[in-house]
This record gives sequence, C-alpha cells and structure tokens, in this order.
Amino acid sequence: MVENELRVLIVDDEAPARRRLRELLDDCMGALPLAVVGEAQHGREALDLLQTAPAELVLTDIHMPDMDGIELARHLLKLAHPPVVIFTTAFHEHAVQAFEVNAVDYLVKPVRVQRLLSALQKVPRLKPVTADQLSHLPASARRFLSVTERSRVVLVPIEDVVYLKAELKYITIRTKDREFLLEESLTRLEHEFGARFIRVHRNCLVAREHVRGFERRVGNDGDAHWEVLLHGVAETLAVSRRQQFIVRDIGRESISGAAA
Amino acid sequence: MLPDLRNLGTILRILLAVNGAALAAAFAREQHWDAVVGEWFALTSFVEPHLLAELALLALLAPWLSRQPYRVGVAIVLIVTVIVGIAVNQFFDRFLPGQSGSLPRHLAFALGTTVLLLVYFDLRRRALSPAIAEARLQALQARIRPHFLFNSINAVLSLVRSDPRRAETALEDLADLFRVLMRDNRELTLLEDEVLLCQQYLDLEKLRLGERLLVDWNVKSMPRDALVPPLVLQPLVENAVYHGIEPSSEPGTVSINVFLSRGEVHAILRNPLRENGRRHQSGNRMALDNVRERLALHFDAEASLDSRPTKDGYEVHIRMPYRTVRPELAADARDAGTRPAGQSRNNAHRSRTANGPRGLAGVPQTEVAGG
Repeated sequence: MVENELRVLIVDDEAPARRRLRELLDDCMGALPLAVVGEAQHGREALDLLQTAPAELVLTDIHMPDMDGIELARHLLKLAHPPVVIFTTAFHEHAVQAFEVNAVDYLVKPVRVQRLLSALQKVPRLKPVTADQLSHLPASARRFLSVTERSRVVLVPIEDVVYLKAELKYITIRTKDREFLLEESLTRLEHEFGARFIRVHRNCLVAREHVRGFERRVGNDGDAHWEVLLHGVAETLAVSRRQQFIVRDIGRESISGAAA
Repeated sequence: MLPDLRNLGTILRILLAVNGAALAAAFAREQHWDAVVGEWFALTSFVEPHLLAELALLALLAPWLSRQPYRVGVAIVLIVTVIVGIAVNQFFDRFLPGQSGSLPRHLAFALGTTVLLLVYFDLRRRALSPAIAEARLQALQARIRPHFLFNSINAVLSLVRSDPRRAETALEDLADLFRVLMRDNRELTLLEDEVLLCQQYLDLEKLRLGERLLVDWNVKSMPRDALVPPLVLQPLVENAVYHGIEPSSEPGTVSINVFLSRGEVHAILRNPLRENGRRHQSGNRMALDNVRERLALHFDAEASLDSRPTKDGYEVHIRMPYRTVRPELAADARDAGTRPAGQSRNNAHRSRTANGPRGLAGVPQTEVAGG
C-alpha cells in the first residue's frame, strides 16, 4: 500500500457511470496515488461500505433510488472522520446553481479526466461539506434519520418513527422496538417532514400514521386533558392545551377517510 | 380548403349548427312557445333526412373532394346540397304527400346554412391552421429530458474502451432518436416508425439502467401503416421509465400494448408506480398534457388520452382513429405557400431510410414486434 494514497468510493445507480468513473480514476493514477475502495449503487450501500472500508473521498451521483447523494452527504457527517464529498450530476440546472452558491464541489457528467484530476488534487485541502451548506441544496425530505451508536452510524427509516420527543439536549426517536438519541432541532425536523408528523406538544412530534386515537384523562391535579394512543407502542403521549385542536382535526380526517 | 368531412368533430359541429339554425328559423317565424316547438319539429322533419343524407354522401366523396381546388370543392358541396334537397323533397312528395313544404324555401334554408357553415369552417381553418395550429404544434414539439442525453453520452463513453461495438450501436440509436426529435414534427408519421423509435429509446435506457428496466412489448397485431402524430408514444415511454423505473433499485416492467380495435388504434402503456414518484407529478402532467393537446390538434374529438393509477402502477391509454392517408396534408401542401409541396409525402420515406442501417447491422426488423 502506497503511503498517502487517496482512497475513493464511487456511488452511482447506473453501472456504466460507475465503470466510466473507474476508468477515469485509473487514468489519474499516474499523476496521483489513489485507490478505489469500492462502488455503491445508492447512498445506503455507500454508508455500509464506508463503515468497513473508510475513504477520504466520496464521488456520488445525486439522483439515486433508496438514498440520494445529498442525503448520503448528510449522514456521512455522523462518521468519526467524514470524507470529502464531490457530487457528480448529468444535468440539473437548479442543483448546479445551488452548488455554486453554496460552494459545494461537483463534477458534470460526462466528466473530463483533467477536471477530475484537478478535483482530486484539491481533496487534501478540502473540508467536508457542512450540514448548513447541505441544507441549502434542493433536496427532498430524508428517508432515514441517522444516529451514532458505538462509533457506527445507524439508519432509522423515517416510516418506522412513531414519535420524536425533545428532552434536554437530545431528541428521542421512538420506533416500535426501541429508542434512539438524535442531536437535531425538533422545529427543523417538523419543517423537513411536513405532513408526516403532527405536533401534539411543545416538545413532541407524532407520526400521523401511528396515531390510533385519543383518550380524555383526568390528571392528579384534577384537570382533564387528551392523551394520544399509538399503534405498536403501549405508552401514551399528552396533548398540550395549545395543541388540543388536533384532536378534532385528526378525528374529522379519519371520519372523512372512512367515508371515502 | 374544405373541412375533413369524415372527422367526427366536423360532423358534430355541422349537426349542431344545422339544428340550431332550424330552431332560430322557427323562432323567427313564430311568437308563441308552443308554435315555435311545432314549427321546429316541422322543419327538422325534412331538415334531418336532408342533412343526414348529405353528410353521408359528402363523407363518401371526402377523399376525392379533398384533392380538388377549394373553389371546385365549394361548388360541388353546393350542388350536392341542391340535388339532395330536391331528392328529399321528391321522396316526401311521393310517400308523404302534403308534408313536403315548399321546395324553394327548403333549398334556400339548406343553401344558406351550407354557405354559413363553409364560411365558418374556412375561418376556423384560418384561425387554427396552418399558421396558428402549426405554431402551436411546433411549440408543443416533444422535448427529451436533457439529463437523458448527458447520461446516455456518459453511458456510451463507458463502453468505448470495453465494448466498442455496443458503443457504436448506442451512438447510432442516439443519432436516430435525435434526428426524429429535431426534425419538423408537425406531420403524421407511421405507427411502425414511432414504435421503432420507442424501441431504440428503450435500448439506450437499458444501457444505463441494466436489469432494472424490463420491457414487455405487445405490438404484433398493431396496424403498422396507421398514421399517428410523431412522438406520440416516446414521451410517454420516457415518462414511464422516469417515474416507474428510475426511482427504485428493484427491477420493474414497462409494458406497451398497441392494437387495432373497431377501426381505432389503441396504445396502452403501463408502469409500476414507485413510492418516490410523487415528487415528479407536475412533470408527468406536463408530458401528458402535451401529447393530449397534439392529439387534439391532429384528430380533434376522434382521439383521446386517459391516464389513471392502477392497483400496482400507472396506466396511460391513447385512442386514435385508424388513418392511412393524409387527406388534409396533401391538400395543405398545395395550399398557397404554407409549406413546400411534397414534403408531407417525403416524410414517411425519410424515416424509413433512416431506419435502414439498423436492419443491416443485424437487428431484424421483426424484433420490433417480438422483442
């Protein structure tokens, strides 16, 4: 193994595009010591690969099934040593504009070998993209939330999330089977996932599809309030006084849903 | 230029206009409501036989009429009107004596309505075609997604070193596709050519997507000689791949059925619907609206495009009349300087020669039907 060689991971859902990048990287080897650590078909596979074979550079396509390139870059930030990410794109006017504005590195496909080489030579001086830069790119909502556990990045599919509850520094992600701790802002999550979650309390978002119903309860202080009943989870969540209107809204939705 | 006398939209317009005119005439003559209805019935009892007989006769004559200069065409339509009018009048005289009414009045009404309708259709033609309809068709010219071009070129580049022969075929397909995309696509083309184009397009997509893209062709019984708007299927196939195949890493099938049924050409496209498809919905609607509008410009009410979600995907159904001659275009080419003469007839020929080299390259033409 050559000292200081640049380890590269290729991510693209199209086999020919991966093969082409590999050829071009081979062409660059004379000018720069590098090694391709692997190829992945989408973001999720890339993340798996990187946990066993770390790389300094990830060359990733943007539009891919299962997990797109921008979401991949967000999860990569959870790694102990996040790699540099350079996006490759065929033609996406708006995306390219957003990259320029936010100083995110990208290559346009078909990639020229000289262009690739100069990008590779810059890598040691580059810092990983920041979450802030990524948040300005035109991306759809993530499909996974990612948490770090014992220095590994664990993905939680968004459809498994029953509720998100802010507690002190962290957010608790509750799935049917267990809990995870996440370091993000509840307001941002609410904004990102829109209609998927409803806010039942200042510190709590519940997945709409996991709401089973509501129950009126009288607390120890004698005041009555609503509790959310959930599918797959026995515990219940209190609805705050300010959010009480959701009980009526959701009730109406399920009635009209049943009628339809 | 005379309207297309076999077009359902034209016939519908004539039926409505003549009955409307009869009602207006009844109104003009009578004040009382009951009397108006009575008068209208009396009028329609001989207007209707005349109208239907004349429409049938004109529909028979339509192909021949469309080849005549406009003035001759108008004169023949007026002569037909008079002859049918006299015939209907004679018929009434013989079998329903006393019901026939006065022949001059009948003929005056019939000729008046015919002239008004001819003026209407002429104005409508001027409003719609050639200038405006052609401008609209040009604006509606199907455009391929740019990312397809760049991804395809990238895929071809990946083959250049490892599989130069496949790279050659791919570049030839790409050239054929863009030749059709960039040519003047305002005139009807052969269904066979449109299907071949889709095949070439899908071959290119297969290069990129590999096993993820499965195609189920069912075109063995299609009427190969039917004339269809160019690029009526390709944008829909492209849509099916973009929304149904690309968003998933699992293999999916695009199925294409083209067949003839009761004198109409049907094309049914199906693709799986992937969970992530929602975000492209607006793009999907645009392509469908584009094809729908072009169908309307070419075939009026005789063609339709329906789309609906099915239990495991999405389905688009196109219905078009089965035409094998270009009546309007043949006349159009002669029409004062709208377009160089003969261009329409060259069109089919040109696209056939464009496909020639593919046959030579060892890909049998029958693959279109079977593959």
